[in-house]
Amino acid sequence: MTHALQIQNLAVTYEKQPVLEGVNFNIPEGTLTGIIGPNGAGKSTLIKAILHLIPRLSGDVTVYGKPYKKQRSLIGYVPQRSEVDWDFPTNALDVVLMGRYGHIGWIKRPGKKEVNFAYECLDKVGMKDFAHRQISQLSGGQQQRVFLARALAQDSQIYFMDEPFAGVDAATEKAIMKLLQEWKQQGKTVLVVHHDLQTVRDYFDHCLLLNKTPIECGPTETVFTLNNLEKTYGGAISFLGNGPALVQEG
Amino acid sequence: MENMLELLTNANTQWVLLGALILGFASGLIGSFVLLKKQSLIGDAMAHATLPGVCMAYLIFGVKSIPLFLLGAACTGLLATYFIQAIVKHSRIKTDASIGVVLSVFFGLGIVLLTYISKNTTGDKSGLDDFIFGQAAAMVKGDIQVIAVGSLLIILISSLFFKELKISIFDPLFAKGIGLPVGLFNGILMGLVVGIVVVGIQMVGVVLIAALLITPPLAARYWTDQLGHMSFLSGIIGAISGVVGTLISTTGEGLPTGPLIVLCASAIFLISLLLGTRKGLITKVVKQA
Repeated sequence: MTHALQIQNLAVTYEKQPVLEGVNFNIPEGTLTGIIGPNGAGKSTLIKAILHLIPRLSGDVTVYGKPYKKQRSLIGYVPQRSEVDWDFPTNALDVVLMGRYGHIGWIKRPGKKEVNFAYECLDKVGMKDFAHRQISQLSGGQQQRVFLARALAQDSQIYFMDEPFAGVDAATEKAIMKLLQEWKQQGKTVLVVHHDLQTVRDYFDHCLLLNKTPIECGPTETVFTLNNLEKTYGGAISFLGNGPALVQEG
Repeated sequence: MENMLELLTNANTQWVLLGALILGFASGLIGSFVLLKKQSLIGDAMAHATLPGVCMAYLIFGVKSIPLFLLGAACTGLLATYFIQAIVKHSRIKTDASIGVVLSVFFGLGIVLLTYISKNTTGDKSGLDDFIFGQAAAMVKGDIQVIAVGSLLIILISSLFFKELKISIFDPLFAKGIGLPVGLFNGILMGLVVGIVVVGIQMVGVVLIAALLITPPLAARYWTDQLGHMSFLSGIIGAISGVVGTLISTTGEGLPTGPLIVLCASAIFLISLLLGTRKGLITKVVKQA
């Protein structure tokens, strides 16, 4: 199996405190990986460090066998919804068009082809009717869908998503999962920071259990076990029945 | 009325009005970006901090030279911006307090130097006071050319990089993710602000030039939800304020230009606040009724 992503010896510090250390893992192509761990485990930081958005103390990121910087165009990123100012004077279509900026190049404006593609992307997430809606007038779920449409517009091979399910309605959650499955079938690789342990088994075929350093990384079936979760969460887990019903305490 | 007509046909007045128009448009335009990046107050501190630069240029070179003054202004303006950011980075002081401290220190120094110059130096020092509140009537064609060229350059740069500035402000993380040098564009925006402040202080004055960056985009935001429209409208509002303020200022004896320009912009803001089609106070009430 080809590795879409290889992380070697990644470490991040913040004000001299280690946030992430000894991070080594590989992600096979065409997998849906859930990044799971307690609050403060460094999940978002991990994504940002991989994408070179924040300074790293050390670490190499290899994408399809080549250094990250040469492969940037293959990568799409969906930041947390709370990271942007939704009062910004722009509409849904404009945000989706931003997904094309990397393809358009500097100074040039998006043309008709780009605009049509952006409409298509909005349509795919059921937001075509909201194309000209000011973004502050969208619900949380709708805003997340706009971000998703922007990711679609990027047309990437590997996607990083930071808590896409946070504060969205059930319909949006379903729409997101449908798209992720589609991506997987197209051979795309997706990494998702995820909080809800209940849905891990249903959503992801791969898992990265993280608490400042990777605890386990592999197929969900083998690594998403009570034992490993206790290691990750420091024992603050209770196990209900035999199914995927895991509840995080506290 | 005859007076006004005479004034309008005066070649120098025409130049000054043209300068005010272009300066107003440029500052309204980039003011939109500054406002959305929540850096309006940094612009204000930078503007106040240009005063000691102007005074030092006079003290060092001993001559009244607009290019040297503007060079001095740019130096201390940038220095103040650097201090604001350094204080925030290396201490527990937050941005608002840091801006307050730096602004008052630099402006205080500027006033001290200005007073020193007027009491202790000989030679032609007329016009230095005008940098505080601006004096359009005293300007000549050469001064206006500096304003016009500077402003046009600022308009050109911000139009060329409109898309890049927009995404760097709206979603800097995403912008970095697609390989855009967000730091560079922050720097470009900061450079544009320094540029507008420096070319504008002679006309509008160090105390109020920042208002010409802040008020027009605030007014424009009440009429549109699109950044493109907003920044253009903001430019128009800035241009109108510049022209009207300058016109009133040149008719009266020694009326300072800056305050009049700012009052004009504020009047447009007030109208927008009440009647703006996007969340204007009266519009909202009418829509609900």
